[in-house]
Amino acid sequence: MCQTCGCALAKAPAAAAGRAPGRMVEVEVVRALLADNDHRAAHNRAHFDAAGVLVVNLMSSPGSGKTALLEATIKAERERGGAGLRIGVIEGDLETDNDARRIRRHGVPAVQITTGGACHLDAAMIHGAIDELDLAGLDVLFIENVGNLVCPAGFDLGHHQAVALLSVTEGDDKPAKYPVLFRAADLVLISKADLLAHFDDFDPLRAEAAVRGLASEAPVVALSARDGSGLQRWLDWLGARVAENRRRIASGPEAVAVGVGQPGAHAHDGPAHHHVHRRRHHEANRP
Amino acid sequence: MHEFSICRSLLGQVEALAVEHRARRVTSLKVAVGPLCGVEPGLLERAYSLARCGTVADAAPLIVETSPIVVECRTCGRESAAAANRLICAHCGDYRVELVSGDELILLSVEMECSGAREAEDDAPDARPLAAAGT
Repeated sequence: MCQTCGCALAKAPAAAAGRAPGRMVEVEVVRALLADNDHRAAHNRAHFDAAGVLVVNLMSSPGSGKTALLEATIKAERERGGAGLRIGVIEGDLETDNDARRIRRHGVPAVQITTGGACHLDAAMIHGAIDELDLAGLDVLFIENVGNLVCPAGFDLGHHQAVALLSVTEGDDKPAKYPVLFRAADLVLISKADLLAHFDDFDPLRAEAAVRGLASEAPVVALSARDGSGLQRWLDWLGARVAENRRRIASGPEAVAVGVGQPGAHAHDGPAHHHVHRRRHHEANRP
Repeated sequence: MHEFSICRSLLGQVEALAVEHRARRVTSLKVAVGPLCGVEPGLLERAYSLARCGTVADAAPLIVETSPIVVECRTCGRESAAAANRLICAHCGDYRVELVSGDELILLSVEMECSGAREAEDDAPDARPLAAAGT
């Protein structure tokens, strides 16, 4: 095959003349294809747990209001004074540091990852970014993933919670159209809820039914970063997850072992990986 | 198109295995791709045909095994087949189900051509000898 473009040029048989025939062996592997990323994610999670910081992966399509939600969250926590959560942000975009600059204007540390053309963040990119943050000085680190409802779902970043945003302008059937990403969410936020009055074809109950259709028990919360409606339910959820994460870390090194406390995450004999089924997931795939 | 990143990860594992088994070349690899893993088998195959160039798997076909989506109901305890965006129990209609199969993204096996010497086989208890190449 042509190594420049991959076109199928005729190629000489690989077993070149003059070489003794080799033995064919089949090696059984049964290892996650993304084992390398999963291993790095587990490493990131160990960093986060050592610093006692809760890490939340925000995923959605572009323009659904992830950055606006973060800005509203930062403002609300600041208003709580000393009791407010200390927030840091990792921003993922294909190009520009616009979002990180938007966040930094609120006096919050933000690291921009520009992926070039890549459609998702991965654990190695996050590891590079956390070097630039003082994790021990944070209660919550948000990772704003690249706006995309497909690719980010496949990559564990080492986060503790995954949150999917679905804006009112996108339509209430998005969870049924993009099941892999919405199934991975621990919380689904219906954003831009102030627009519900203008988009009567978006029914929050239908959106929730679509999430339930993915066998997900994730809470579905409608909110508006613009008028503040529903924001308190999100802040309460966030505060509860921070407290829960601290309790898990305080309960000892066993609990901090990779993946414990995260539904479906567990370590096997190989590097840790992350998926949801509870049984037969190895046996079922053996040839 | 995250399928290309996944191919690079796959080929990284395959190259390490080839070195471990002192293989001359990899002749085929088999992966399991469930409908709920977020990877499209067709796109994976196309990305793989580019990503394999210049690697030890340069001429190795990718065999993709798909698996059915099967859920087990936490309410009635029975198993049923389900669609990717309709993961509910076919018997009682409850959404509180566990996925039994369907989100796999796994490298199952690698077939490779090793040198004629026998030591490699002794070193590798997981390697199953097949027919000699070219016979």
